[in-house]
Amino acid sequence: MVTMKKENSRRSFFKNISLASLSALALNGCDSKALTEFLQRNFRTLSKKEKNDIVKNLEVKYKETYGKEFHVSAEPAMEGVLFGYALDLSRCIGCRKCVYACVSENNQSREPQIHWIQVLEMEKEKGIDLAHSNVHYNPEKVPEKGKSYFPVACQQCRNPQCTTVCPVKATWQEPDGIVVVDYNWCIGCRYCMAACPYGARHFNWGQPNVPAEEITTEMHYLGNRPRVKGVVEKCTFCIQRVRVGKYPSCVEICPVGARKFGNLLDSESEIRYILENKRVFVLKQELNTQPKFYYFFGI
Amino acid sequence: MNFIRFITGSIKIILQGSKAYYAWLIFLLLLILWGGFGYFGQLSEGLIKTHMRDSVSWAFYIGNFTFLVGVAAAAVLLVIPAYIYDWKPIKEIVIFGELLAVCAVIMCISFIVVDIGNPLRFWHMLPLIGTMNFPSSMLSWDFFVLNIYLIINLIVVTYLLYCIFFKKEYNKSLVLPLVLISIPMAVAIHTVTAFLYNALPARPFWNSALLAPRFLASAFCSGPAILLILFQLLRKTTKFEIKDEAIWKIAELMVYAMFIYLFFTIAELFKEFYSGTEHLLYWKYLLFGIGDNNEIVVYSWLSIIMGCIAFILFLIPKTRMNFVTLNIGAVLIYASVYVEKGIALIIPGFTPDVLGQIYVYTPSMTEIRTAAMIFSLGFLLFTFLVKVAIAIVFEDYNIDVLNQKKNALN
Repeated sequence: MVTMKKENSRRSFFKNISLASLSALALNGCDSKALTEFLQRNFRTLSKKEKNDIVKNLEVKYKETYGKEFHVSAEPAMEGVLFGYALDLSRCIGCRKCVYACVSENNQSREPQIHWIQVLEMEKEKGIDLAHSNVHYNPEKVPEKGKSYFPVACQQCRNPQCTTVCPVKATWQEPDGIVVVDYNWCIGCRYCMAACPYGARHFNWGQPNVPAEEITTEMHYLGNRPRVKGVVEKCTFCIQRVRVGKYPSCVEICPVGARKFGNLLDSESEIRYILENKRVFVLKQELNTQPKFYYFFGI
Repeated sequence: MNFIRFITGSIKIILQGSKAYYAWLIFLLLLILWGGFGYFGQLSEGLIKTHMRDSVSWAFYIGNFTFLVGVAAAAVLLVIPAYIYDWKPIKEIVIFGELLAVCAVIMCISFIVVDIGNPLRFWHMLPLIGTMNFPSSMLSWDFFVLNIYLIINLIVVTYLLYCIFFKKEYNKSLVLPLVLISIPMAVAIHTVTAFLYNALPARPFWNSALLAPRFLASAFCSGPAILLILFQLLRKTTKFEIKDEAIWKIAELMVYAMFIYLFFTIAELFKEFYSGTEHLLYWKYLLFGIGDNNEIVVYSWLSIIMGCIAFILFLIPKTRMNFVTLNIGAVLIYASVYVEKGIALIIPGFTPDVLGQIYVYTPSMTEIRTAAMIFSLGFLLFTFLVKVAIAIVFEDYNIDVLNQKKNALN
């Protein structure tokens, strides 16, 4: 704790220096709010008060941009919680309702389009075969005969490669197991995208665009708040929902109940029931990423 | 004060030149402008102006970066044979090799800057002010070694030129250790860059222990190729003396490097094709295409053919010792390694992507223009530095000349 404080004071020293040297710029008509945002430090190193100030400022900023009331939370992880997910492949019909519920809840850019969930169409007789799968399937009706469907999003690894490779510590695993990104700290080098074996990370290649009438106003700093151009984003298990006791929106929307979610540390939870009573597997087990996202065949 | 005179003296050199020199500068400036406007479009609209997408999230820029790391490394590694075989102008070889290394590293860093989504947030990576993820992230290692390498080379070469300019004897106990450090650093920058890709189990195409050795071997082909041509030009136009034997020796060493590269690649191909696992897909995409998706096949075969011709030209003593065929070979191998690093290394790592989907990537106009801008800037810098170095090292441009002019004016 002592060393923490020391580091903070050193950081604030540097911050003050940069503030002083850049204040000349500010006087030249540069937007001081933008400057403060530019000088904001890594979210993980901030105090509780600093975090609260930041989210308050964001609420004001978003109101100015979208003309709506927003609530931006900085809710930390709950004690004794480790989130886990299970997906029943035998029930999934490939309707992609989860994809669009996720887009809407998490304010993913509509144009250019970003989808955190990818649903792969596979041929039943080939088993689970990524090399012959197709993400752009588009039949009149699903499920099609002879096809199976395999949804993939962030596998929330216990041993995530993406956070290891990040050169600036802009992405990390929270105590409740959710891998998050600080959109204000990400430099956009995309090393994490090269490292992720599940294609779970998505980049804002252009200016993201969410219509004001469709925007979800209940937000989390590390989750569904609007992103900027040039940063990476990913599934957070709907951090803004699950940290206040709700299910992720993909779990709620699924018409066939293929998606299960819960606390891995709670022996009474549904997710633990599945782990104990069904035989589950994880995707690309050989890579030792140790996902907390399990697949199983329920029926 | 002395240093300022050294700098102003150097600037005077840069500003004077023949018509051909000015024509070359104007050509480069036009390219920089053309490329700069392309890059400006990317800055305002984002990386969407490139053809990179989520499936192929690194491409041409990173490929160029990798190629230039090789050039930077090999330029300095040439000091080893120069020392062992006792080529006469070792000091000059060190100077020009390090000048090339400095320019190449600056271009490397430029390619990283244009590739990242938020270049202004670059300070997040600095130690103390930002939160550098050292030692976990290979990218932070790369940033580290590249900068150290740049600084060492810059110090050595500036110091040597400074001493010659002021007609002082240079301090051997200062220069020698720095040159000796720069040699393993040259190996380090390229190894760390290879590890950048190698470290990703998600990408089987790169996850081979042979990647770093192949990198070094290919760098030993492309880096000396530039110096080979530069040395001949210098020999013709200045008092720079280098024997034919030394040039042929460089070419001979390049043959060894090409052979080793070829051997490593064949070993890799054997393993992949004979075992025929899922991982074969990436090589298939590179060499034959998958289904109708064969857009990069032409690049890979172009690189292979150019490389093989260069290998034969360098291998046969008769063509190696003929300066026409030697120079053709040097250009071919340079081009071959450029295409290999620029396209054939990066793209198959991402195609098919981790979920088996194929997104066909070829560079967009914005990417080509931005790359042209960086290359022209690099060439411009290299031209300036070489011009200053030539004047100081071979044309006796020194402090006395400046003083005489001053006295004449008075």
